[in-house]
Amino acid sequence: MVTTANNIIFELKQVNFFYGSTQALTDISMDFEKNRVTALIGPSGCGKSTLLRLLNRMNDLIDGTRVEGEILFEGRNIYNADNDPVEIRRRIGMVFQKPNPFPKSIFNNITYGPRLTGTRNRADLELLVEQSLKQAVLWDEVKDILNKSAMTLSGGQQQRLCIARALAMKPDVLLMDEPTSALDPISTAKIEDLIEELKKNYTIIIVTHNMQQAARVSEMTGFFYLGRLIEYALTTDIFTNPQVKQTEDYITGRFG
Amino acid sequence: MNLTSDNSITWRYAKQQVFFNIVRLAALLISAALGGLLLFIIASGIQAISWDFITLPPRDSMTKGGIMPAIVGTFYLTLGAIAIALPLGVASAIYLSEYARQGTIVRIIRIGVNCLAGVPSVVFGLFGLGFFVVYLKFGSSILSGALTLGILILPTIIGASEEALKAVPQTFREASLALGVSKWGTILRIVLPNALPGILTGSILGIGRAAGETAPIMFTAAAFFTAKLPESIFDEVMALPYHVYVLATAGTHIEETRSIQYGTVLVLVALVLGIDLIAIAIRSAMRKRKKW
Amino acid sequence: MTKEERKHTSARYDQELAEIKEKLIYLGALTEKAIEKSIQSLLGRDSDLARAVITEDNQIDLLDVEIEEKCIRLLALRQPAARDLRFITTAIKINGHLERIGDMAANIAEKAILLNEMPQLKPYIDIPRMAEIARGMIRNSLDAFVQEDIDVANKVRIEDEKIDQLNDQIFRELLTFMLEDPRKIHASLLIMQVSKSLERISDHAEGIADMVIYMVTGKIVRHEAP
Repeated sequence: MVTTANNIIFELKQVNFFYGSTQALTDISMDFEKNRVTALIGPSGCGKSTLLRLLNRMNDLIDGTRVEGEILFEGRNIYNADNDPVEIRRRIGMVFQKPNPFPKSIFNNITYGPRLTGTRNRADLELLVEQSLKQAVLWDEVKDILNKSAMTLSGGQQQRLCIARALAMKPDVLLMDEPTSALDPISTAKIEDLIEELKKNYTIIIVTHNMQQAARVSEMTGFFYLGRLIEYALTTDIFTNPQVKQTEDYITGRFG
Repeated sequence: MNLTSDNSITWRYAKQQVFFNIVRLAALLISAALGGLLLFIIASGIQAISWDFITLPPRDSMTKGGIMPAIVGTFYLTLGAIAIALPLGVASAIYLSEYARQGTIVRIIRIGVNCLAGVPSVVFGLFGLGFFVVYLKFGSSILSGALTLGILILPTIIGASEEALKAVPQTFREASLALGVSKWGTILRIVLPNALPGILTGSILGIGRAAGETAPIMFTAAAFFTAKLPESIFDEVMALPYHVYVLATAGTHIEETRSIQYGTVLVLVALVLGIDLIAIAIRSAMRKRKKW
Repeated sequence: MTKEERKHTSARYDQELAEIKEKLIYLGALTEKAIEKSIQSLLGRDSDLARAVITEDNQIDLLDVEIEEKCIRLLALRQPAARDLRFITTAIKINGHLERIGDMAANIAEKAILLNEMPQLKPYIDIPRMAEIARGMIRNSLDAFVQEDIDVANKVRIEDEKIDQLNDQIFRELLTFMLEDPRKIHASLLIMQVSKSLERISDHAEGIADMVIYMVTGKIVRHEAP
């Protein structure tokens, strides 16, 4: 793998993170590469989701949190005071554990973000809806029911709608927080295929509890334990020949 | 262990029956009280109800005629109260549940709001008299009465709105914020629309309360008698609950006006129940629509 | 390393892995015995013993199938990763090597039956030496597997060299016999096949050692010189 400086989209330098007085992340330094899928794995409470939420400043919403160190997105520290979290979140989309479409029509779910950020022309919006839904491989299933409530879709369709909704903002990065943990195996397979497709144009960082999923979809894998990054390497290496004992114990099911 | 120990089974069954019957009785008692009250009011008041009763002003020292000015007065007062309390209450609720850091100050504010809800209504009346009528020189008027009633129902509206806002799933907020929509935009486009059914229900229940209160308007808005309808918000009005109070205690013809008293009560109760029914209808309609 | 190994969260998983290991060791013992007997039948001109080796190969084949099924089942049910994944792939391959070794022993027994019907060409000297080395290689490669010992595995990989030399030596020797007297061609060819079988057995033993190295280090050394 070629790792050149301009290939790196996120650069974390000695990041510490606190919820009040409890430290959730300790001394995390890692790079994320452009147009790659990076998986973050580890047992519950290891800090992987916290780290994901640091990358688009979603942790800002929680009272009493504190970040130390630097998180550079395309070279600039997103936690600098002059960086607007709203602007950052437009560049870095997020998909959540449970599908969370708005109780609006499919069309309005996708146009919600773009409308509030300036796209008002109806034709532009229609084009955007079609593009986003096609990217999320949902277009064929919903093209005739765009005005129906998103709540009538199945769980797997809802999650792809949420991905389409994030894509409509034309982000550079897509953060996925256990995106298939609430879905059945078929929907999961569809989302995994979709991730494969999306990585051509997006940088994807995915948190998952399903280790086979991490092995299938990602090129790089980071293993977290007790708020620390234990091992970060090529996914094939992590899953066939990890270098750290804790990683091996975790992925072979010898934990706890 | 003997599973067929008849003794213990019978005993347990008996205990269970006794307990069930106690709670059943309690429920029955409540329903009976409500039913009895309604039946009594309907039976006593129904013969007074007529088209004239609802559309004409009182005459002959209020021993005859209708109660139209009181209906109109109550209508204006409650409308005014809601116009004042709803924006204020919803705004406070948004501040409390969406913006304020959950800490000591918010806790103190909440306690304050709850205390406000527990204050006897006559105290609101006196406060209204002292502050709006006398100090702000609004006089005894729709404005003073509506302000007083507004403050009275404010805790109800704040409480209901806060609950409704909290009931909007956090995931909606996160989804919107993650799309790069500002906090205010998220509240306006996502949180408020989804909380609206709850807010409306709570507010309408507040209206019901405002319509039925006597003490707060006694000193601030209600007129003993006025045949004309109000022309501005600085006019005094008659109001249904105060009209009943006047007829039943202060008049010289208490016995002759019994049927008018009950008729007025019936109209008031019908009004309040009607408002509550609207609230229930709105709530169930909105509930059917939401699917999270 | 093995001794202080943490247990899997699922105890059943640990049992299944242990079972595969035990069965493989048993299979190894069976094949080693088969080689010993087949060579014995040749040296002692005991055709009954040779026939027994051929029948007993059936047992080896059955065990081979059983182990393979267990491995496949475990792959499907547990989705092993890292060291477990390397263990299972190694087990499947060792199983294949051992089964082939069993077949080679049966081949030797077949040739022994034919050779026993002819007058002895010459005293067997190099064949038993080869057999001894090959058996030692199997034993050591399986020890390396059990102990996860790379040093032992590497020694096995070097041993193969000796076998190849002995095989060449036997080949040259038999060639001179055949040139001298055409009546000795048949017996010579049969002995040559026995020698070739032993050489193959040592190749399989080396294959086992290669897999042990993969299992422990994650490196595939099959095509590298020892």
